[in-house]
Amino acid sequence: MHGRPRNAASKPGEEATSAAKAFRLRSLQPQFMSNHHQKIYTQEAVQISEELLKINPEAYTAWNYRKLAVEDKLSRSDDSDPSLVNLILSEELRVVDEVILKNLKSYGAWYHRKWVLSKGHPSLQKELQLVNEYQKIDSRNFHAWNYRRFVVEQTKTSELDELQYTTDMIYDSFSNYSAWHNRSLLLSSLVAKKADGFMPKETIRREIDFVYNALFTDEYDQSAWFYYLWLLDQTVKMETPLRISSWPSDGSIIILSGPECFNGSSSKFTTFCSESGSFPLILYFDQAVSGVSSSTVTVDSELKGHEDLVWEPVSDKNSPVSSCVWVARLEFDSTEPCFRTENKVKVCLGKSRGIVSSRGCNLSTPYEFVFTVLIHDTVGVSQEGIVSWTGDGFDNWDAQSKDLNSLIALDHLNADTGVEWRKKAIKMEIECFRRLPDSKFGKLILARLLMTEANVISDDAVYKEILQLYNDLMALDSTHDQYYKDELSVALLHKVTSSTESLSRYLFRYRNMNNIVCLRLSNLTLSRIAAVDKLLFVQMLDLSHNELHSADGLEAMQLLCCLNLSHNRIRSFSALDSLRHLKQLRVLDVTHNHIGGKHPVDTTRYLCSSPLSNSGGIGREVPSKYWDAYLVLGDLMKLKQLDLRGNDLIAGEEFSSLVRQVVPKLVWLNGHKLAS
Amino acid sequence: MSTEETERGPRRTNPESPPNYNFSSRSKLMSSTSSSQLVADKHVRYILMAEKKKESLESVVMDHLRMNGAYWGLTTLDLLDKLGTVPEDEVLSWVMTCQHESGGFAGNTGHDPHILYTLSAVQILALFDKISILDVGKVSSYVAGLQNEDGSFSGDIWGEIDTRFSYIAICCLSILKCLDKINVEKAVAYIVSCKNLDGGFGCTPGAESHAGQIFCCVGALAITGSLHHVDKDLLGWWLCERQVKTGGLNGRPEKLPDVCYSWWVLSSLIMIDRVHWIDKAKLVKFILDCQDLDNGGISDRPDDAVDIFHTYFGVAGLSLLEYPGVKTIDPAYALPVDVINRILFTR
Repeated sequence: MHGRPRNAASKPGEEATSAAKAFRLRSLQPQFMSNHHQKIYTQEAVQISEELLKINPEAYTAWNYRKLAVEDKLSRSDDSDPSLVNLILSEELRVVDEVILKNLKSYGAWYHRKWVLSKGHPSLQKELQLVNEYQKIDSRNFHAWNYRRFVVEQTKTSELDELQYTTDMIYDSFSNYSAWHNRSLLLSSLVAKKADGFMPKETIRREIDFVYNALFTDEYDQSAWFYYLWLLDQTVKMETPLRISSWPSDGSIIILSGPECFNGSSSKFTTFCSESGSFPLILYFDQAVSGVSSSTVTVDSELKGHEDLVWEPVSDKNSPVSSCVWVARLEFDSTEPCFRTENKVKVCLGKSRGIVSSRGCNLSTPYEFVFTVLIHDTVGVSQEGIVSWTGDGFDNWDAQSKDLNSLIALDHLNADTGVEWRKKAIKMEIECFRRLPDSKFGKLILARLLMTEANVISDDAVYKEILQLYNDLMALDSTHDQYYKDELSVALLHKVTSSTESLSRYLFRYRNMNNIVCLRLSNLTLSRIAAVDKLLFVQMLDLSHNELHSADGLEAMQLLCCLNLSHNRIRSFSALDSLRHLKQLRVLDVTHNHIGGKHPVDTTRYLCSSPLSNSGGIGREVPSKYWDAYLVLGDLMKLKQLDLRGNDLIAGEEFSSLVRQVVPKLVWLNGHKLAS
Repeated sequence: MSTEETERGPRRTNPESPPNYNFSSRSKLMSSTSSSQLVADKHVRYILMAEKKKESLESVVMDHLRMNGAYWGLTTLDLLDKLGTVPEDEVLSWVMTCQHESGGFAGNTGHDPHILYTLSAVQILALFDKISILDVGKVSSYVAGLQNEDGSFSGDIWGEIDTRFSYIAICCLSILKCLDKINVEKAVAYIVSCKNLDGGFGCTPGAESHAGQIFCCVGALAITGSLHHVDKDLLGWWLCERQVKTGGLNGRPEKLPDVCYSWWVLSSLIMIDRVHWIDKAKLVKFILDCQDLDNGGISDRPDDAVDIFHTYFGVAGLSLLEYPGVKTIDPAYALPVDVINRILFTR
């Protein structure tokens, strides 16, 4: 009962009408049912169904009955006389018309109309006039709009006429989101067909000018804003190549060694320790792609032969073909260290086509990178000690040493990939929105435009402006403050990773573990993770004392072996699903979060592979209590040190014994060494 | 039907009241809504009474979808921990009278079978832990038989196609553990083909995004482990912008808020982990303001007439908002979490 006042029935007139209708309906229903069950399709019987539907347009069985009645009539009428068929169908359309006018939202009535037409009624042209009338009554009715698109397709009505119709509707009311929606479909189709006057750039420019009218007439009207954002997205996407980053990155030098190598030798390079005599080659794309294989990626290496590398997506099992992150394992011979020999590895993507993003974007220009591998001696010292995140085990990064360039070429990553046209278009929009007064949407769009620009030019002043805008928005629109908070975190991480100088302020070396690089992003009020493409080299990450409620995004950081998520807002193990992809993870600290039962609603329940989503643990016995701990921890094959203290409900022997059962390699649990 | 009215007028925000709602603190959530409380007992009585009032027009008009009504009412009772007050055998034997030879269920005795009511019937049996009384093979064959070549689903033999039916088929078959009876890959591809510029989904390819339809599509993708097809930030933002200044949620831009969207929008936001983008305390207040404090039941908007549909969506919404005393509901299967966990996990 939508929109009916609570005490409406107290009006005596209405009450009587309603009672009369109820009475009539109660007497019609058994008659109708009896006819339906006995397959009686006499004129009188069919009339009863019409009367019933006029009182209750949603009575679906009555529509079914009428379909049977029409089929019955058609089967008994003379096929050679088309006018007779028309008569039957026209009569049916009249009934539908009368019912739709009583209730424009009746699914059954609208479908019945389509069904009747599918029986061969020739007057489709009249349908467009009819739907025009319905849309005058209710210009947002989605049944009518769907029906309109159906009729337009059937009658091959010109898309230009339809575009004009949306223009008229929008001039009637700028807030007609349905019309804007239909306009986006028509334009996409015209542009895709390369119709005369609909080349992409000119179309977008013309539409932006058109939508300005609406934007600046009512700055609170959402319809035009969504349409404008769509145009902007089209602008940003157009002719944009895929952005790629990798580990090892272009020009970097890495040291490889055999198992248990953490012997304290200092090195300014990334040392990667491998038990299996192989190391991962990681590709990160800014959109999910498919088609990464040994035929689309060639590797020339002075190490062993790598003709048949197997590329695997880092993604859930149900999406095996598409992922942002792809990993292949390159083998090296750790028994024959040759520290003085530099092994060059050259990787080339896109020489042959096949890497395609889910948006349909092709890797059009080949992308190449070269890195150097040194193979280190293996030292038989095993790391059984506990890793501590506090204390003085960390050395500051020497920002002056330029060492970071051997790890990652940030400036290369920031290389200008923009097309002149797009840059100009975005600049124009930025200028326009800077002039707009303090409106919520204006500020938000300006912030988004600036992010697009900042990704290309990496200007500190631009990031400052973006952060200020999101801070303003949090105050201006407190209902959605957590949305702006998340966007603020994203911008902040982009700022941190925007240059070597900026990033090195957060880098340390952890002395007790071969001086591996540790990125410390603690105490930044981060509520979400971003810019991981710049952080693929990180092996030790401190995200403690932030506001993270999920580890989403970390799956790309394939080298991570130590992770500190303590003092965040993680509420369940399902929120740690992304860690299941981190095959090197050995140390995990999630102390002082909110894991446990205080918050019964689990917002990552469906982002975690499990029997609920038919995507994980199928065929295994997964206990309903602690199912997410069972599945997530069970996939952390190398985990040696786990700390869960300071959470709500997971203390106690029952949980500890579950952990020890699912993580058999664990050495340290909650700060205590386990008896082996 | 006034959901067609538009939500107009300038949206005013008050810069003097900075955000003070902390998601990790339940006490704040409750103290800010202390003006009004959930009158659970009255809603229980309303639901139990509604079943007996067969004279009114609403009751006669809803006769054909009694199966849906039963699901709404019984699930609400279970969320309020009062399912035990219902004569279980009576309900179950009535449900079974609605099953047809084809395996599908009708909305009521004597009506035709349809996928809409088949899901409700299966959900009702799940609530009572009585899936075992079903001929699972027969029901699942009926549902699987409605899949079309392009992956879409028809609602019944007459062929209406809608992503609502895709959700229903997938949800129903997953509960029955028979998803392998359909082509899941094609079913997912069809749903993805209904994705729009705003990140939302419509009922067929090209159809406008609508929060109810978004729930169906996101739910179907969730159940099939396919949420990677959803642009979570784009859709999440569109969905969180459904919250209007009164705190309620609408289903499309520039429309009036309605309690039923507390379910459609909230459940979708939860499945894609973006529910923190709305102001939960304001929404709790909006739902509570839609209660009939005298006679029980919840309406679409404050002071409108109550019905069982909105009573269910209001209570389910409060469940998703972690309101005390309401059991937790699963955002994809639309059944209490303990019920669906019982089915899909070992005990």
